[in-house]
Amino acid sequence: MSQRFRLLRWMIPLAVIPVLALLAYGFRTDPREIPSPLVGKPASPFSLTAFDGKPVSLDSLKGQVVVVNFWSSWCYPACYEEAPSLERAWQTYKDRGVMVVGVNFQDKDEPARRFLTQFGHTFPNAPDPSGRVSVDYGVYGVPETYFIDRKGRVRFKQVGPVSDDLLKRQIETLLAEAA
Amino acid sequence: MTPELGYAATVAALVLAIYGAGAAAWSARVGRTDLRASAERAAIGVWVLITACMLLLVYAFLTFDFSVRYVANNTNLGTPFYYRITALWGALEGSIILWAWMLSVYTLIMVTRYRRTQPQLYPWTLAVMLSISAFFLLVMTIPAPPFERLSPIPADGRGLNPLLEDSGMITHPVALYLGFTGFTVPFAFAMAALIVGRIGDEWITITRRWTIVAWYFLSLGLLIGGWWSYHVLGWGGYWAWDPVENAAFMPWLTATAFLHSVMIQERRRMLKLWNLTLIILTFSLTLFGTFLTRSGIIGSVHAFSQGSVGQFFLSFLALVVLGAFCLLAWRLDRLRAQGELDSILSRESAFLLNNLFLIAAAFTVFFGTVFPLLSEAVQGTKVSVGAPFFNLVNIPIFLALIFLMGVGPLIAWRRASAENLRRNFLKPVLIGIAGAAVCWALGIGNALVLLCLTLVVFVAATIALDFARAARARRRTGDGWIDATWGLALRQNRRYGGFVVHLGILVIALGVAGSQAWSTQTEATLNRGESLNLAGYTIRFDGLAAAEESNHFKVTGTFTVSDRKGPFTVLTPAKKFYPQEQTPIAAVDYRLGFLEDLYLVLGEFARDGSHATIKIQVNRMVSWLWIGGLLLTLGTALAIVPERRRVPALARAGERMPA
Repeated sequence: MSQRFRLLRWMIPLAVIPVLALLAYGFRTDPREIPSPLVGKPASPFSLTAFDGKPVSLDSLKGQVVVVNFWSSWCYPACYEEAPSLERAWQTYKDRGVMVVGVNFQDKDEPARRFLTQFGHTFPNAPDPSGRVSVDYGVYGVPETYFIDRKGRVRFKQVGPVSDDLLKRQIETLLAEAA
Repeated sequence: MTPELGYAATVAALVLAIYGAGAAAWSARVGRTDLRASAERAAIGVWVLITACMLLLVYAFLTFDFSVRYVANNTNLGTPFYYRITALWGALEGSIILWAWMLSVYTLIMVTRYRRTQPQLYPWTLAVMLSISAFFLLVMTIPAPPFERLSPIPADGRGLNPLLEDSGMITHPVALYLGFTGFTVPFAFAMAALIVGRIGDEWITITRRWTIVAWYFLSLGLLIGGWWSYHVLGWGGYWAWDPVENAAFMPWLTATAFLHSVMIQERRRMLKLWNLTLIILTFSLTLFGTFLTRSGIIGSVHAFSQGSVGQFFLSFLALVVLGAFCLLAWRLDRLRAQGELDSILSRESAFLLNNLFLIAAAFTVFFGTVFPLLSEAVQGTKVSVGAPFFNLVNIPIFLALIFLMGVGPLIAWRRASAENLRRNFLKPVLIGIAGAAVCWALGIGNALVLLCLTLVVFVAATIALDFARAARARRRTGDGWIDATWGLALRQNRRYGGFVVHLGILVIALGVAGSQAWSTQTEATLNRGESLNLAGYTIRFDGLAAAEESNHFKVTGTFTVSDRKGPFTVLTPAKKFYPQEQTPIAAVDYRLGFLEDLYLVLGEFARDGSHATIKIQVNRMVSWLWIGGLLLTLGTALAIVPERRRVPALARAGERMPA
């Protein structure tokens, strides 16, 4: 066997390396990451009646940073994971011009109320019986969370659960901006 | 308690599999039979432990143990009994268990079959198979533990994906995985052959039936997937070139190439390197398919959850591909062909062309599937190629393959004489042309369909004439009719089993061509009592009914269907509203027929039942796909019955396997 042949045959395994590299590159991308067309646009207004009977509307919150969270009692485990973080963010920022609003998505009344009791949520939470608000916001699945700046524009959309860290980062950024 | 037991069993199985693989390999090196026996006991232990894992998980499902995250994610209190069992493989973690379990079963069969008959290859085969089991057990231990706890424990679970609540859920994954895991056996034997350096025909003879069986289950899995898509997804199609369908289709293509090219090696001692490459590719593509579905790198309707599973699979894939090809490169000097290609007009070259086309098809499917990644890596933009690309490239390839299906089995080995060509092909070509003329006279104008029909008639004629000729020859030697036909098929079961499979493929090809060319559909909003006409049917909307089912709310429309002779059936397509799904799930209703299916999908409707939108499709010849699947089953069964008479009993014992 010639020397050249000896070396050349190792080209067989080498040839698959670019393919493997391409597949590995796939981990750096997210095929589901489709930027929301609403980012940068004015958030669509809504007015709902919260579980406790009080009205919740976006119009009355102008000038505040608003975090709108879509959730369901049946959404395991993501909504359960993020629930304590939302309450913590609300406790931290409620006196600094930040509003957290929960919108209950395609749910039944009783389990939704049980969810709120379980996590002791004190920020306003409202059912969206007609699904109108979730359609306006282009909610694809729960949980999704929208961050609205003081001028009433959607600035960031989180698909999937929010963490303490992410809430803090987004809220601080929007708070740092002038009204 | 269940989760802890399950996790312990998984870890124990992992340890045993690693030990067994090491012991088997070591026993092969130093020739210690006691170590080998110990590795066999480890393989049995792995099977017992994985079975225990499966049973524990089923138990958790049946008792609604929502402290197990996997159970809470895939059932709720309303999930019907049998879907609580199939929910076992309804998502990532459980499907890995199913995979590992099948692999452990195959390993045990392999052990019982070849322990005595293949003393040289067998220990290495066992080592390879146990290593692969170890990988799946590692996935079950670290990135996708099925027994992970959920805290706090929810009162009710999320529920199974409604699309999975279907009988197809029971059979499709099982068939597909039997196919995927089945290729592990030929792969393991190929690796053993490379390691030992006995790269003759031994491993090919041993694994022929395994390959056929795995190929068959993969085909069945693909067909059942098509049937599932057809009657569940409500778009009236059976194949969409979705990345995950492609992922299962690619190993099918390379496996089909492998099934054919091994015949050349058996007969002419050629293509040794090629056959090894094909089995490595096939096995790697089964892993790639799993990787694609589990990693979330490419968007697909089938995509499971994401997480670090993808990294594990890619690492293992890299290990397998690089390891196998390095072994191949190491043994390259022993892989020289002993035979040579004598003529272009020969069976060898027909089979080579068949391989070339199949690999070309596999490559284009691969290219199209990873194209979004490639384009993002190179250009930075996400561009997907869809069905038009796949159809454009693959239709000519598949037509060529059908043509070769007629040529390959009849053309002479080495060099075809003019006499051989005339004797075998003159009549089929004439029949094919006559068939084309008849079709054309019947008004089939679509050139592609006409070409497909011509080729199908040609191939069917080659098969029928060949069988008739052989049966006549037997009659002349004094056999009765039954012995001359049925007995002939059984005696030359490999050849005629293959022919029946080919007929099945022809029927499927007709189904695909017919459904693509001649299906028709319409959509309309009907008031109650109003009717709509399509392709000779009159469909009247009679009203809506609502019902609360165990885990969803269902609105059913009633439609009376009449044809020219009067009313003949009532179809009740429905919409199901699951609390956990944002969009309702369509439950289509259909009436299957030999030539056409009537297929109704309920769309929007008024709550008071006064009007409803209905999509009506008349899908032509789709049933031929399922009939083709039946023929595949028969052909495969015929091809793997143990050969009679001509093969001495001893040589046979080594390759028979229960299927």
